[in-house]
Amino acid sequence: MLFSFCKNSVHLHRFLETDILNGMRKTFLIKFLFVVALFFSASTFASVKEDSSEGEDKDLKTHIQEYIQHHLKDSHDFSLFSYDSEDGTTHHVGFPLPVILIDNGLKVFSSSKFHHGETVAEVDGSYYKLYHSKIYKTDAAGTINYDEKHHATNEKPLDFSITKGVVMIFFTCLLMFFLFRGLARSYAKNGSIPKGVGRFFEPIVLYIRDDIAISNIGEKRYKKYMPFLLTVFFFIWFLNMFGLTPLGVNVTGNIAVTAALAIITFLLTNLTGTKDYWKHLFDPLGDSMPWYGKILLYIILIPIEILGIFIKPFSLLIRLYANMQAGHIVVMSLIGLMFIFKSWVGSPLSFGLAFAISLIEILVALLQAYIFTMLSALYFGFASEEHEHAEAH
Amino acid sequence: MEQLLEDFSLGLFFWQSLLFIALVLLLWKFAWKPILGAVNDREEGIKNALAAAEDAKKEMQNVTADSEKLLKEARAEREAMLKEAREIKDKLIADSKEQAKLEGDKMIKQAQAAIESEKKAAVADIKSQVANLSVDIAEKIIKEQLSDKSKQLKLVDDLLGDIKLN
Repeated sequence: MLFSFCKNSVHLHRFLETDILNGMRKTFLIKFLFVVALFFSASTFASVKEDSSEGEDKDLKTHIQEYIQHHLKDSHDFSLFSYDSEDGTTHHVGFPLPVILIDNGLKVFSSSKFHHGETVAEVDGSYYKLYHSKIYKTDAAGTINYDEKHHATNEKPLDFSITKGVVMIFFTCLLMFFLFRGLARSYAKNGSIPKGVGRFFEPIVLYIRDDIAISNIGEKRYKKYMPFLLTVFFFIWFLNMFGLTPLGVNVTGNIAVTAALAIITFLLTNLTGTKDYWKHLFDPLGDSMPWYGKILLYIILIPIEILGIFIKPFSLLIRLYANMQAGHIVVMSLIGLMFIFKSWVGSPLSFGLAFAISLIEILVALLQAYIFTMLSALYFGFASEEHEHAEAH
Repeated sequence: MEQLLEDFSLGLFFWQSLLFIALVLLLWKFAWKPILGAVNDREEGIKNALAAAEDAKKEMQNVTADSEKLLKEARAEREAMLKEAREIKDKLIADSKEQAKLEGDKMIKQAQAAIESEKKAAVADIKSQVANLSVDIAEKIIKEQLSDKSKQLKLVDDLLGDIKLN
């Protein structure tokens, strides 16, 4: 009797345990997302509040707008947040980054010289000022001249600074390198069976191989594009995710970054293009029509095809840039709304909205990485096609 | 568009391209190649193992089929041997029967021939005896009858008639 009771209770205990574990696993993801969203909102919360108290003359709306504008741009120092102390001075928490300028020779100095754009930096007799996240050459007083459209007309030195974005890119590169090298090593150690994080990343790698690369490029030629496709997918995904963390560095929402990625896709597509690919571009109709018929069509067709070569990667760069930029603007605007409403109804509402959009942004982060990789693979597929055009078209 | 160009930072572009290309090359060498290689090896291994299992199954089937065939052959051989033995037995019996019959026939024929010759001999003997007897009888009768001439002639006629009948 007692024995059977004990057995039953052990059974029940086990049952409860697995049930709870399963439940925990399910809720863990939701909790994690919640915490991420909360962190993001919290960190922005702190910054916006400090900023708003900094300039009493400006109204809150323009202030939030400026803050968002500032956030979307790259910056020369890695500031985490700033606050005002009791005596009225603004303190910035973060660390300065090296500024590298090419202006009559290489000039390297710390961005702390700019004091967050508040002062003029003097290096070897030249004066530089930070204005709207860009470095301009000025006189000793730091005057910025404007044209009629309120654009600064000062000379801009070539700026190769290690900015916040570069730091994040470098950090992501390091992370990816150690992560995937670790995965590769665990394969070697465990006899081709993934362990730990590999269990999570291996299906993604396989998915990219089977459903993105092989299905778009083909069994024969997909292998040489794999390093780029895998790297670009994880690179964009990781940077998108970092953009959603409290650090909120908008790297993939920067046109220079997406342009660099799209140009690599462009170069890879056209440098590895087969004879059929070029034939398709310059002789799309093949032998299906006599030459005198083709000439008339080709006057229109060939310029379109050539334009297409450039439009394809251009759409890639704009898509990624615009999506990430828009995501950041929407989330930050919604968070900003909380401080505009300042009521018991509006603020929780906009918080809820910001939270929901943050969750969607996590999805978008993955989606955009997938789309970029998918379309790159599609373009590589065009470039490596090998078949008889006369029959296919 | 103007805003986009304004935002474009050559420095960031440069660093991004440099770092990204370096990352691709490094990961290619240290991560993607070994990972994809390991995954490929694993898939090949699974494929090979499945093929090997299939082969083993086929081999097993072959072995069973072979043993069955052997068994069948052995059975057929036994059957054939038994049949042959039966045939030999039958033939032996038939042969011996034939021979016995031949022997018998021969013996019967011999017996018949012997009987025939005995019979002939007997008949000949009887004939000679009858002749002797007849001669004797005739002698006696003649001796007796010759006394009377008519009687003699009559007797001769009778005798002659009898002898013809005989």
